Amino acid sequence: MIEFRAVSKQFPDGTLAVDDFSVVMPSHQVTVLVGSSGSGKTTLLRMINRMVDPSAGAVLIDDEDVATTEPVQLRRRIGYVMQNSGLLPHRRVIDNIATVPRLVGVSKAEAHARARELMDVVGLDREFATRYPAQLSGGQQQRVGVARGLAVDPNILLMDEPFGAVDPIVRAELQQEVLRLQQELGKTIVFVTHDIDEAFLLGDQIVLLETGGRIAQKGTPEELLAHPANDFVASFVGADRGKRALTEKVVNGRTILVDSDGRAAGVLSEARR
Amino acid sequence: MNWIVNNLGLIGELTLEHLRLSVVPIVLGFVIAIPLGWVAWRYRVTRGLVLTVAGLLYTIPSLALFVVLPPLLGIPFLSELNVTIALTLYAIALMARAAADAFGSVDPGVRQSATAVGYSAWRRFWEVEFPLAGPVLLAGLRVVAVGTIALVTVGILIGVESLGYLFTNGLQRRIVEEVFAGVLATAALALVVDGALQLVGRAVMPWARRAPSRTRAVSS
Repeated sequence: MIEFRAVSKQFPDGTLAVDDFSVVMPSHQVTVLVGSSGSGKTTLLRMINRMVDPSAGAVLIDDEDVATTEPVQLRRRIGYVMQNSGLLPHRRVIDNIATVPRLVGVSKAEAHARARELMDVVGLDREFATRYPAQLSGGQQQRVGVARGLAVDPNILLMDEPFGAVDPIVRAELQQEVLRLQQELGKTIVFVTHDIDEAFLLGDQIVLLETGGRIAQKGTPEELLAHPANDFVASFVGADRGKRALTEKVVNGRTILVDSDGRAAGVLSEARR
Repeated sequence: MNWIVNNLGLIGELTLEHLRLSVVPIVLGFVIAIPLGWVAWRYRVTRGLVLTVAGLLYTIPSLALFVVLPPLLGIPFLSELNVTIALTLYAIALMARAAADAFGSVDPGVRQSATAVGYSAWRRFWEVEFPLAGPVLLAGLRVVAVGTIALVTVGILIGVESLGYLFTNGLQRRIVEEVFAGVLATAALALVVDGALQLVGRAVMPWARRAPSRTRAVSS
């Protein structure tokens, strides 16, 4: 469990990136921090592994204040996946995946064996093991990034817009992959994105942020759609437009749903009513 | 051509001597310039200081340096040590700037990601920043190597023998071929050392041959 207690962050230049932020992120669930740029979502994520230290308040992992932990040790037990993969360009794929086990002193043979298993887990062909990151596509690089994040079997996985730079088709594939992995592994995942569709797809809990790291609303995707707290939330989740604003229409005695453009989106299933 | 053929032994000997005289300043200059370049890259205050001093140092003519160093350091004027120290200073002057640029060339995203997965500052330097600065460091080192090999010839003016001997001796004895041989051998030595550095670079940085620009392919 990750807990933010009244956390604020003011940068030296005076910007208040996060203001009095409190949230509990339950274990084995995916919490998505979603908001547009400048909402402080990445800053919040980085407070968990002490890449950023809060100016006020505390971040706790299983009731232990991270401020009391040694940052390097802390980071080695938390998986981290970032946009543009963040892979080491001078290391082969297998060495990239084995990075953290090697840092904590696992033997090379053991770390490589584990890395090969992880390549299977994230759906990467083992023949890529000896390639360099630049020889892979963006989607493949992100898979390597995820494998690296999982390499020490961390309880917590931080994902900072991991799929922001890949094309929509690959992104959809990788999102499904994360869902599948999460079903198998049950990690505590904190996922940062500006894409509300991605948030709804992956999140058990969604924290929707306004500028300055203020919580506009938090809850399950259903709660955000059913009861948006204000116009900002309604507009951000798109409850008032497009493919989420569905209206009933009766066609030859059967009720179908159409979106705001009048296009048929589906039928209202009788069995579930 | 006759002179050259008859004196191949001498040319070979002087070439080896020349190489020996070059290696120490090149290696020392590289090793000393790395921390200087890092400090210049890391802190804005030291950047100006290090790079200005290095730039000024390089404007001092070599002969002047040979004259200035001995009284400053208490070393003999006509000595190999004098040449070695002077050439090391030039190597540092050139290499420090290259090293600062090299550390600046490391992708900040990669540096940050290394921190995020749990590299300590020390290990991050040796395992991430230093190797990734490699290609730019190597480019700087190649300039330093060629420059140093050219400069070693000046040592003959204070009696330190190298291929420079062929210049002065050839001039005094008016043997054009001898001077010509000196120029050729110096250039050849520089080319060989440069080529060797390139080969070493390829061997230790196999990743750098791939296009470093990250093109995003469509397929996963």
